[in-house]
Amino acid sequence: MSFDNDILKSMYVKMLLMRKFEEKVAQLFSEGMIHGTMHLYVGEEAVAAGVCTALGDHDVITSTHRGHGHSIAKGAGLTGLMAEMLGREAGCCKGRGGSMHFADFAGGNLGGNGIVGGSQSIAVGAALAAKMKKTGGIAVCFFGDGAANEGSFHEAANMASVLKLPVLFVCENNLYGMSMPLSRSMNISDIAVRASAYGFPGRTVDGNDATAVYRAAEDARDYVKQNGPMLLVCNTYRISGHSKSDTNVYRTQREIDAWQAKDPVLRMAAFMLKNGFSQAALDEADETAARDIESAVAAALQSPYPDARTVLDGVYA
Amino acid sequence: MGALMRQITYANAINEAMSEEMRRDGNVFLMGEDVGVYGGAFGVSAGMLDEFGAERVIDTPISEAAIAGTAVGAALCGMRPIAEMMFSDFVTIAMDQIVNQAAKMRYMFGGQVSVPMVLRLAGGSGTGAAAQHSQSLEAWFCHVPGLKVVVPSTPCDAKGLLVSAIRDDNPVIFVEQKVLYKETGGVPEEEYSIPLGKADIKRRGSDVTLVAYGRMVPLCLRVAEDFATQGVSVEVVDPRTLVPLDTETLTASAKKTGRVLIVHEACRTAGFGAEIAALIAGSAAFSRLKAPIMRVCGLDVPIPFSPGLERAAVPTPERVAEAIRVLLK
Repeated sequence: MSFDNDILKSMYVKMLLMRKFEEKVAQLFSEGMIHGTMHLYVGEEAVAAGVCTALGDHDVITSTHRGHGHSIAKGAGLTGLMAEMLGREAGCCKGRGGSMHFADFAGGNLGGNGIVGGSQSIAVGAALAAKMKKTGGIAVCFFGDGAANEGSFHEAANMASVLKLPVLFVCENNLYGMSMPLSRSMNISDIAVRASAYGFPGRTVDGNDATAVYRAAEDARDYVKQNGPMLLVCNTYRISGHSKSDTNVYRTQREIDAWQAKDPVLRMAAFMLKNGFSQAALDEADETAARDIESAVAAALQSPYPDARTVLDGVYA
Repeated sequence: MGALMRQITYANAINEAMSEEMRRDGNVFLMGEDVGVYGGAFGVSAGMLDEFGAERVIDTPISEAAIAGTAVGAALCGMRPIAEMMFSDFVTIAMDQIVNQAAKMRYMFGGQVSVPMVLRLAGGSGTGAAAQHSQSLEAWFCHVPGLKVVVPSTPCDAKGLLVSAIRDDNPVIFVEQKVLYKETGGVPEEEYSIPLGKADIKRRGSDVTLVAYGRMVPLCLRVAEDFATQGVSVEVVDPRTLVPLDTETLTASAKKTGRVLIVHEACRTAGFGAEIAALIAGSAAFSRLKAPIMRVCGLDVPIPFSPGLERAAVPTPERVAEAIRVLLK
């Protein structure tokens, strides 16, 4: 299967930025520089990279509480994201949103969501708008295996189906809803079968293989544009804990190690080496990504905290 | 002029507001349960499917959370949805989308976006629909920063306020009154709008101020009429929108009469009347008060089915009159 080199490079760079962004914010958190909590995307990078690289300019996404990767993959500016983590005025949401609420409306990211399942029907509405305005775009709804058990999923999937809307539901199955394993939260192992209940196709892909995700998302996008909704389940694993409070008591180190061996970033690098990229080219991409993250931190730290006197700015009711 | 004005129903006035705005702006559309061929459970959207087609008058599955969420998503992407909750009680299923999503987005996303949507709710008791189809839940929404809340009491107000709500760039909870749908009133032929946040003095008076909204306004006007024959001058102030609230008109009236009675159908405890009472008590009107501020509200009880019980659960003209007499003592 041949791949366009630019697409491979683009996906790899996104994955490197996602990984390095998470490593950097974890470090800043441990240094006391970041307030609150955060939900890291480490181990799941192939999903956002594969899906978002397959999207066009008119396509929009909705994101989740674990949304740093979606934002980066959809092309949001790194300084705005880093400044948001640091609670600064230069943040993408001016420091009002924080880690769970990254958004980039100009770039087609309709925002992260602190409510599990909160974005599913919002994506349906975005697809309705695309259909009514004839933009030709689709709406991609990222959600997790946990959110597949929310009633909102049922309502949104059915609504999208009966209205024949261009929604691609992308389920990032990372096997846990916080500490609750998939095996105990549903009595099926393949989430994609749920699509059949709504009369649209469901497909499962190896969510640690960026190229497979890209191909599946490309096909799904074509399908969705022509026919209406589809469910794409990307099986992956959250290598980092649920949030900063997680002590991993609900899973074994052996399990984590086994998934670490399937690290999607390393896997992508190996694929690229086999497909004509040199180690030097990969190293260069790595160094560039590291520099980009460092510059984002430096620029973000230049930005002031919002003035407390502006707390009511933007309130209309 | 008033005598010459055409008379239409509250339901028709709402229909006109939606239809006119849909003619004016291609981004406005209506969605909800049975809003299309059925014309809405209360006939409010009758005829709209014929004029605008199924693409803009969208019958949805019975999925209140997805109705609200679809409206939010469409609003984020440049549309101006009007979403209907057949009975306001069903909004409980849609609360995440209203409270956590629509209300938060503009602020939480740093002003990148606004959410221009109207959620129309058919509220209130009086139809024998019992506990799960009769509530007045407006105070819930007033408690959430980011939502505007409108409760119109006349056909004229319903039309003018709904036009403003549809044109507003932010989420508006528009609480309609089921028992008023068939009531008629004068509504101008020509296009008009009524700004949100502007109270209306429905009757001028000097002895007592009644603050009432929604279906309590016509009830209070009838009571005021009775008192007029006894030489008591009752002012009836209708805030019309609870958020934003026209605090000036309310406090000015309280200052003028020195006696305030707040009347709402919603349950008393933590109802919006408490907010109005606190507002007046904390204003310059306080020193002019000749009596404690009073409230006549719905009882703290689920709305019962049997007609006599249902009537007893919400304010009656007798309870309002009795409270006025206490204030005048």
